[in-house]
Formats: sequence, structure tokens, C-alpha cells
Amino acid sequence: MSVLRVEDARLLRGRGSFSDDLDLPGALHARFVRSPHAHALLGDVDVSGALAMPGVVAAFNGRDLADGGVNPIPTGWLINGMQPGERRALAIDRIRYEGEPLAVVVAETPEAARDAATQVVADFEPLPSVTDVEAAAAAGAPTVYDDAPGNICFTWETGDADATRATFDAAHTIVTRKLRNNRLVPNAIEPRACAAIWNSGHLFLHLASQNPHLHRFILAGFVLGMPEHRLHIRSSDVGGAFGSRIAVYPEEVVVAWAARRLDRPVRWTATREESFLADSHGRDHSTEAAMAFDADGRITGLRVRTLANLGANLSLYAAAIPTWYYAAVLSGPYAIPAIHCAVTGLFSHTSPVDAYRGAGRTEAVYVVERLLDSAACTLLLDPALLRRRNLISPDSFPYHSAVNTVYDSGDYERTFDRALDLAGYDRLRDEQRRLAAESRYIGIGLASYVDMSGHGPSREVTREGGHAGLWESARVRVHPTGRVTVQTGSQHQGQGHETTYAQIAASALGVGVEDVAVGHGDTDSAPFGMGTHGSRGGPVGGSAVWLAARRVAEKATRLAAHLLGVGDAEVERSGDRYVVKGRPAEWRTWEDVALAAHMAQGLPAGLEPGLESTVQFDPPNWTWPFGTHVAVVEVDVETGVVTVLRYIAVDDCGNVINPAIVDGQVHGGVAQGIGQALWEGARYDGSGRLLTRSLGSYAIARAGWLPSFETARTETPSPSNPLGVKGVGETGAVASPAAVSNAVLDALAPLGVEHLDMPMTAEKVWLAIRDGRRRQSAALDTASTRLDAGPVARVVDRSRESSPGPEGGV
Amino acid sequence: MRASTVRPAGGPNRLDTVNITVNGKMTRHRVDGRTLLVHYLRNVLGLTGTHVGCDSSQCGACTVLLDGWPVRSCSILAVQADDCSVETVEGLAPDGETLHPIQQAFHEEHGLQCGFCTPGVLMTVVALLRENANPGEAEIRRALSGNLCRCTGYHTIVRSVLRAASDAGSQA
Repeated sequence: MSVLRVEDARLLRGRGSFSDDLDLPGALHARFVRSPHAHALLGDVDVSGALAMPGVVAAFNGRDLADGGVNPIPTGWLINGMQPGERRALAIDRIRYEGEPLAVVVAETPEAARDAATQVVADFEPLPSVTDVEAAAAAGAPTVYDDAPGNICFTWETGDADATRATFDAAHTIVTRKLRNNRLVPNAIEPRACAAIWNSGHLFLHLASQNPHLHRFILAGFVLGMPEHRLHIRSSDVGGAFGSRIAVYPEEVVVAWAARRLDRPVRWTATREESFLADSHGRDHSTEAAMAFDADGRITGLRVRTLANLGANLSLYAAAIPTWYYAAVLSGPYAIPAIHCAVTGLFSHTSPVDAYRGAGRTEAVYVVERLLDSAACTLLLDPALLRRRNLISPDSFPYHSAVNTVYDSGDYERTFDRALDLAGYDRLRDEQRRLAAESRYIGIGLASYVDMSGHGPSREVTREGGHAGLWESARVRVHPTGRVTVQTGSQHQGQGHETTYAQIAASALGVGVEDVAVGHGDTDSAPFGMGTHGSRGGPVGGSAVWLAARRVAEKATRLAAHLLGVGDAEVERSGDRYVVKGRPAEWRTWEDVALAAHMAQGLPAGLEPGLESTVQFDPPNWTWPFGTHVAVVEVDVETGVVTVLRYIAVDDCGNVINPAIVDGQVHGGVAQGIGQALWEGARYDGSGRLLTRSLGSYAIARAGWLPSFETARTETPSPSNPLGVKGVGETGAVASPAAVSNAVLDALAPLGVEHLDMPMTAEKVWLAIRDGRRRQSAALDTASTRLDAGPVARVVDRSRESSPGPEGGV
Repeated sequence: MRASTVRPAGGPNRLDTVNITVNGKMTRHRVDGRTLLVHYLRNVLGLTGTHVGCDSSQCGACTVLLDGWPVRSCSILAVQADDCSVETVEGLAPDGETLHPIQQAFHEEHGLQCGFCTPGVLMTVVALLRENANPGEAEIRRALSGNLCRCTGYHTIVRSVLRAASDAGSQA
């Protein structure tokens, strides 16, 4: 039975404080003018027409901001030799993506601002653009930055190229795949919004951020050039984030600067169209990958070449996602002796790409799991059998992978078997055969994964390119009456920290959950922290709470002993009381101790008044949750529509603080991942215009499209933090695109379809079935078979070849 | 968009008087004819529980009941609601300490995470359960297909509705 959520009381009543809910009498409203061109030289931006409109108070362009002391927004993750590009709040000289802001109008009402924005006249000289990542990498592509030839921002690699080449040379079977991971738009239901108030040297910025302190540090220290201690960021309730509220965006820079310049409050709320154009996007990889097997179907090597689309400029964690966050889990739960991964990060004339739920790891699991299913076809092995044969055994931990990561703990076989058991795998295969005889096509898809969460150990993070390590803070303060307030540097977006952190502190202190309140998001009262993303709220944020609460508990014990006139070791806790061991009539309550700490009547030397502690926790390792998911789909061959019949998820996130909250995180992640597999995908036209710019053209999963989910857990505690938890917030989205893709292709295999990229929309599936059937009948007609999807697999016969096996580009 | 009053953006615009009963209380204000019902609720009445999530009436976060029907308040003008009754999420709980039974069911079944879509979901569910006190899962999912949620995957929302229905049934 899970503890019910504290947050619910206000959220269910509609009494949450989302950014647009803030009552700010007299505030001005900002409206951004955005480029209609994906790539253009930008000359003069004339705002005089807007200034002449009724209700308009001010209008600014990029030069106004630069002259006014606003610097470009820095990125937070560096790869050696990278071209950083430039990220300005308002564009100067050049436009690099459709929707890039180039001016702002500030007016008395939102309608006045919106009307006046149409009167801003910008001098554009449109240029050819490129949006597709493969096209951006091709010779002759329009370049986004003159000093980034070939649109290359960075190249990066990990693993052992020589060892991997050797395994491919000696392989019995090689499977290759070309895979796309589709660009996604996070689409949290609450649009981005902010409000800034300047007051006598202080700037108050209300902003739903996943990392308020980082926002303050970057805005004050780098962009706005103002003293950090006079910039106050407040994040209250946040309507979902999924990575889209990590970055420092142009809009908050402009709103903050304008408020100071005008000495009036300024606010802005995104339209949903702006969410599509201006929120950070996710994913967008093109990958060529190959897996080598020995004669027993054991994986001997993995080679991955990825082109990663970064967009037009570098968002805060942009370079991390397709490099470290991606390659770190390429071994999956499998014992792969040799891996080599090479990534090229490319600019294109698209919205900047950053973390989106599963960031990097979803892309990796997709590559590995699709290769395995392809291999199962070639090797004529059941996909479950092939996977199980390759799972890392439970006695292998800590496991050092071929990409220089160390898995903390795991029992992959147990979770795998549980998932297949819950799914009724063998019965499903029987059912599949039975239905196929009736020309009904169901598919069963697996995905086994190891996720890297609980970002992350500062030494390794900064070694890999992070400017800042990913530690976290907590302050636990006991009040004179014994109630407790916890302040965390984390920030919630729906994960229930106010409840789980209260549970953690209550457990450590021996008080009731209802006696603990949790605050966050206000940089004045919350200790500096790196925020919530990368599923670190539990393992890192929660551990900081635990450690701070334990320190408080220790001090309380010492104080209790003093009050009872005995040594520290002679006191024990019994319910609400500190009792002298062996003398049950001598006790003090927790409340007595809290009061004594504050009244400070005769405290002993060495025991200061007060009862609070602040701790910074730097995890020694990431946490590595794992699991196996099974998707069961049916494909309607007449329409191409894919229905998810069942979705089974068995995950291991170590110790569990609140089971309902963990289940909820898995459900939400699975729904998003199913969406990626079947319905979602941001698309641009040939002129660089975003075609999918509303919820009518970009399909987010609806209740009627999804089944209820079947979830179960195993618990293998993490040794990486005092709570033994592994961050689970993204695992659903990490595994589900692969599971669903494999299921759809499993259903389509008898119809001659070998591979499809996501999203597997009805149109795509229908066309693939048509093409597959044509191929099948052509194969029957002629002797030769040509598979359009390119080489799937070759069984490499060593005895016949005189030259080495495949090199380089797979 | 929160603004303390909604004023016309320039030009001679008509102000209309609207009389709308909101959560059982009569309200009467002069508003610009273009004022959306959602902005009337949020900005004029200060009832910020009804949220704006999109520009194209796709997301359902703004769902309220208009004469008992679930509607998208972002796509209805305040003047269209003149002489009508509107129910919002703020009208559900009987007092500051107790939740409406449907809210209580959502609380017990973890039917919300970030809470942004929740008011719209609740109003849709109120209408659904008034019409059908005992819906099955398929019907619940169909009824909720106009409310987008990005956090829960709908699983616990469905559980919450089933729980609300069964709790109500067991009290009848």
C-alpha cells in the first residue's frame, strides 16, 4: 500500500501554481517575432511599426539586446574540438531555424502584443537549408555555421575499434541494420511560461525549470551579467517537462532583461505552436549498426556509427545525449566483449535538440534490440532464446562493459524470465500461429535493457564533457515543535517528490510522513542543486535527503542523551520516544528534543543550538536499472493500423520508496515510447518549415489508443547510494520503442516486411505490406530476390574468403 | 494568459455584459466580445484551475461543463455562455478539507502526476459518470480520448474512474 501523494490536495482542486496562473497585476505581455525561414541572412529588424500600435510599451530586436549587455547562451557539455555554434536570445545577422526568435513586442495585453508583432518588419535574405541529418552530413549541404564545415559540430567515439574489428573478421554471422530514431517534440501539456519582476536591483523570475539553480547561475553569470545573489528564480508547479525545461531558453532571457529595462513586470506564455517550434526537440539519429555472432549465437562484437542531429545551436545538454548518454548502455544486459561506437554530431536548420525522456539510452536500446531481432531471423532462433543466451550472468557484478561503464548490480535472467512468464510468451507464440492461419497478424516484440540513470558521478560526468558535476543537495530542518521542513535542490515536474522525500526524511527521523513538508524550486530557500532530469530525483536527490536527515537524527540522539543525563550509546528510539536502555521509565519525546535544541537552555559544549543539516551528495556511480518488456500488437493488413493489445513491463529499480509512484513513472514512459514507435515524429518540408506544428498533425497518445499496462518488479538494490534505489523515471520510454517496433515487425515478417523505421504509422505499415507482398510475388515469379531494405545479415563463411571482412562504414 | 482585466486590443470594440452561473454562483461582468470562456474563468473570475494547453482545441485541458456538457472552454466565447451554467474543477470539492468523491478516487489510485491535465480530466469524468454510473474500461477510454495526458499513460486515470464508479455504487 503506497503512501498517497501530498501534492494531490492542491492539484486535484485546480489550486496548483503553474507559471501562467501567477497573478501579476500590471504586468506587460511579451510576444515573440519568429523567423518564417529556416535559414536566412538577417539584416535590419525594424520594430517601429509595432511601437506605433495601441497598447505597445516596447519592442526590441537582437541588436537592442546585445547593446544592452545580453550575451549568447552557453552550452553545458563540451566534446573535444567541438564547434559550439551560437545561441542568442534574439537573432542577429543570421537565422538558423524556422521559429528562431528575432524580436519581442511588449504590450499591455496579450492581444495587443500579438497584433503588434505582425508589424515588425525584418529584412531576410533566404538561403537554402537542410533539416535531415543525413542530408546535413552529405557533401554540398547548406552549412549552418561557416566555421563548421560539413555541418560537423563534433566527432566522438568510445570502445575499442581494433578489438571490434577483430571480432567482425572472425565472426560466424554478421547482422547489419540502418536505423532511424525519429525526432520527437516533448509536448508537456503545460506550455512554457515565465514572468519577471525587477525591483530595486533585484530580479525575480518565475519560471518552470527542471534546474532552477542552473538557470540562475547561467542567466546571472553568463547571459545577463547581473549578480547571482540578486537573481531569484521561482519554480512552483510544473506541468510535465520530460527534458524540455532543462535548457536556458531565449524567452526567459528576453523576459528577464525586458523587465529590468522597462522596470515593469513582463510575462510570457508559449502557444502550443511555439512549443513545437521553440521547445527543445529529442532524438533524431541516423545509425548504421552491425552485430557479430559466433557459431552458437553469442554476440562477439557491436559496431555503431551514428549521425546525431543537434539542430541549429547547442542546447544545454545537447552534446551529452548522443555521446555518453547513448553509448554508455550499448552493451545492454548482454555480455558483449567488444564494442565500438562513433558518433558525429551535426548541425541542421532545425530546432535545437536536447534531452527527452530516455535521452540517448532509448536510442541505444533501439539499435541493439532491433539488431537482435534481425539476428534472430537470420539465425533461425527465437528472439527470446537468443537474448537469454547472451544475458550477463548474475555473478558478474560489478560488470565492466566494453564501453567503459560499470553496472552496479543486476539479475537480468530473473527479470527476463519473469517478463516472459507474465506475458505467457509460449502461449502467445501459439496464439500467433493460430491467428496467422486465419490471416490475422499479431506480433510479439521484446526489449531487454539496462538504463543509465541517477545522473551522475561528478568526476565521470565532468570527464566526459559536463561543465558541472551532477551532485545534489538537501537541507533538513526541524522546527521547535518537532515538525520538519526539507528543502531540496531537485525540482518536481509530477514525480511526487513532496511525498517521496517526506517519506525518506520521516523514515530517517522517526516521525510521521505528515510531519514533513518538502520545499523546492525557490533559489532563495532551496540549497544549490543540479535539478531533476536523468532520473536522478530518487537516487541522488533522495539520497541527499536521507543523509541530511540521518545527520539530524544523530544530533537529536546526542541531545536526547544529554537531556536524559546518559551517554549517547545508552539511548534508543522507541516510537516517538528516546528511552534509556534498560530504564523504560526514563524517556524524552522527539518534540522535547526539538524544543530543547531551539530553546538552548544549558546545551553541553560541542552541541550547538538548532536541529538542521545540509548535505551535498555526489553519487559514486550512475544507477543501472534494468528490465525486459514485451509488446503484443495486432496489425490490420487492410488499413495498416497497429493496435497495442498488451504491454508487459518487468523492471528492476532497486529498492522502492513508493510503489504507486514508480508504477506511474513506468506507465508514463511506456506511453511516450509507444507514441514514438507508432505515432509521433516531427517532420520538415523541403524548405525547412516544420510541418508538424500542432497537436492535430503530431499525434500524442490518447486514452483510447492504449491498453492498460501489466507491470511487475524485481528488486536488486543499488550499491551506488544509501537508499539502494535506481532511478526509474525514464525506463518505460527507454525500452518501449524497441519492444513495439520489434512487435510490429514480428507481425509483418510473414508479409515480406523486413524493417520499418518509426513511427510505424498506418500509412507506412500499409505501404510496407503492399511492397512486401509485391516482393513476395516477384520472388515467386523470378529466381532472384532483392530486398530493398539493404543487407540484413550475412553468414560469413571463413573458409572461402581470402580478404578480411567488412570494414568501416558497416 | 493571466491579466487582471481583459481589455480590447485597440479600436472601438464592444463590451458585452455576460451573466454566467459558475459553480452555482451568479457572475456578471462586462467583457470584450472576443473573450474566450477560459480567459473569463481564469482572468476575470480568478479561477485558474481550468488550464490552457494548446491553441487548437486538441488537448482538453480547458474542459469545463456548460449546462452539463463537457466543452472546450478555449473554443467558446464568454458571450456564448451568457445565461448558461458552467461547472469547473473549483466547484467539485465541498470545502477546503474534503475532496469530491471523484477527486478522492483519483487521489487513492494515483490518477495524476503533474496535475496540469487533471482539472479537464475531472470535468470529463463528472459528465461521464452522470450519464453512465458504471462504465467499462473501453467506454472510459473512449470518453477520455479528448483529454491528453503526457504523464500517466492513462492507466491510473482509468483505474481512478473505475474506482469512483464502484465507490459511488457501493454507497448507493
